[in-house]
Amino acid sequence: MEIIGIWVAAFLTLCIYSFLYRDNPFYRFAEHLFVGISVGYIIIISIHQGVIPLAWEPLSEAISALWAEIVGTTTPETRNALWGLFRILPIAIGLLFFARLSSRHTWLIRYPIAILIGFGAGVAIPNVLQANIFAQTRGTIEPFAAMNAGTLSVLDTFNAVLIVIGVICTLTYFFFSVEHRGPINWLSKVGIAFLMIGFGAAFGNTVMGRLALLIHRVGFLLNDWMGSIF
Amino acid sequence: MLEKIMNMDRRVIFILVALVVIFPTLVPVRMPITVSEPTRNLYDFIETLPSGSTIMIAFDYGPSSLAEPEPMAKAVMQHCFSKGIKIIGMTLLPNTPTLAHKLMRKIAAENNAVYGEDYVFLGYRPGTLQVILGMGTDISSVFETDYENKTVDEIPMMENITNYDQIDLLLDLASGSTTEAWIIYANTRYGVKIAAGVTAVIIAQMYPYLQTGQLIGLMPGYLGAAEYEKLLNAPGDGTIGLNTATYAHLLIIGLVILGNIAFFIQRRREG
Repeated sequence: MEIIGIWVAAFLTLCIYSFLYRDNPFYRFAEHLFVGISVGYIIIISIHQGVIPLAWEPLSEAISALWAEIVGTTTPETRNALWGLFRILPIAIGLLFFARLSSRHTWLIRYPIAILIGFGAGVAIPNVLQANIFAQTRGTIEPFAAMNAGTLSVLDTFNAVLIVIGVICTLTYFFFSVEHRGPINWLSKVGIAFLMIGFGAAFGNTVMGRLALLIHRVGFLLNDWMGSIF
Repeated sequence: MLEKIMNMDRRVIFILVALVVIFPTLVPVRMPITVSEPTRNLYDFIETLPSGSTIMIAFDYGPSSLAEPEPMAKAVMQHCFSKGIKIIGMTLLPNTPTLAHKLMRKIAAENNAVYGEDYVFLGYRPGTLQVILGMGTDISSVFETDYENKTVDEIPMMENITNYDQIDLLLDLASGSTTEAWIIYANTRYGVKIAAGVTAVIIAQMYPYLQTGQLIGLMPGYLGAAEYEKLLNAPGDGTIGLNTATYAHLLIIGLVILGNIAFFIQRRREG
């Protein structure tokens, strides 16, 4: 069985790489198969790991417990399961997403979207500010306290100064409330240099990442697939 | 000659890249590896944890990006099992559970680790935010059952683990923006110590978090995996991958230089 899997994977890998020569039916077949299988797999996993344990099981247990309550065969466990009835509310709100399928009831989708955006913004804003603004600002300024105390090495001092220059100049480049002339122009030009270095590093890392994918597939073809032949 | 270089068929470059990747894969040549500070910090942190500590590994990468995070996962799990550190595995991505579960089983079997006692795989639950925040209160409220459908409260390893307070480190092995989500919600809100092993594509975004201490360690791509393997003295997929990548990088640097020389010569001639 494993051998079949290796051969199928090798065939599909070669189909995908055949695009490097030119677009062809083998590539399109593998591409469509990949998209289809990915979506199908994600749906099944979402049902098994999300819908069933979080919605279906607690709700069905709660309904059974409710029935037991009605017929008088209740136990402490079934009474506890009754809490699952509260899940009806989030499930019902979630189901409103499907209102989009009906032109008459499409307005109902605003409710789950509003709840999601409200929850997301409420949770995100304070935490994002704390993690990405306050902590980063502190990280930029903090080394100067150590510098003042004389506990920072020469290299770390250079880094700290460089980071402050980079932050100020880069922010100046994105500051459009004043015309970029004179000193502001110079600062923003230095900011562009920092941005270019950042983009260059990101591009270099992207090349490295893409090569890693190629190396992994070549390793698979040479070791696993060819190894199964010879 | 200059014209030929400037109008080189891209397929020639593809063939050259393929050759420099195939050759070192067939004939491995070990390159020297210097361990960087972020990787060493992660290694040292795990090394100082006492036996019986617990780390949570979030396998936040998919099948299409497993080349880099998987060697990191192998190295870290091997390190943890050898030190008697317990591992809780989970994922925020729906296409990862099978992949991560299989990997955990494999590495655990190699290190004689027992499921439910030395490690557990919780699987996937939808909603990144809800999962991260929910586990801060009660892990079993998010994962009532693990990936193997066992009730989490009945798993021996999870007896004394309620939330992040009992987790010594959260390691996010990521190929996307999940590390930022862990930092923003788990670290900022609950104070969990976080380390990351990320694909090369997103390394640049992670360095600001290292400087502020929001990340205690970072493994950058194949390099991070190779460095960790060196610290463990157990060369693996990361070391092989990095060696091969080195040759490809040399080729690409050569091509970039060649292209620039040709471009400037041509511009001078035209000017």
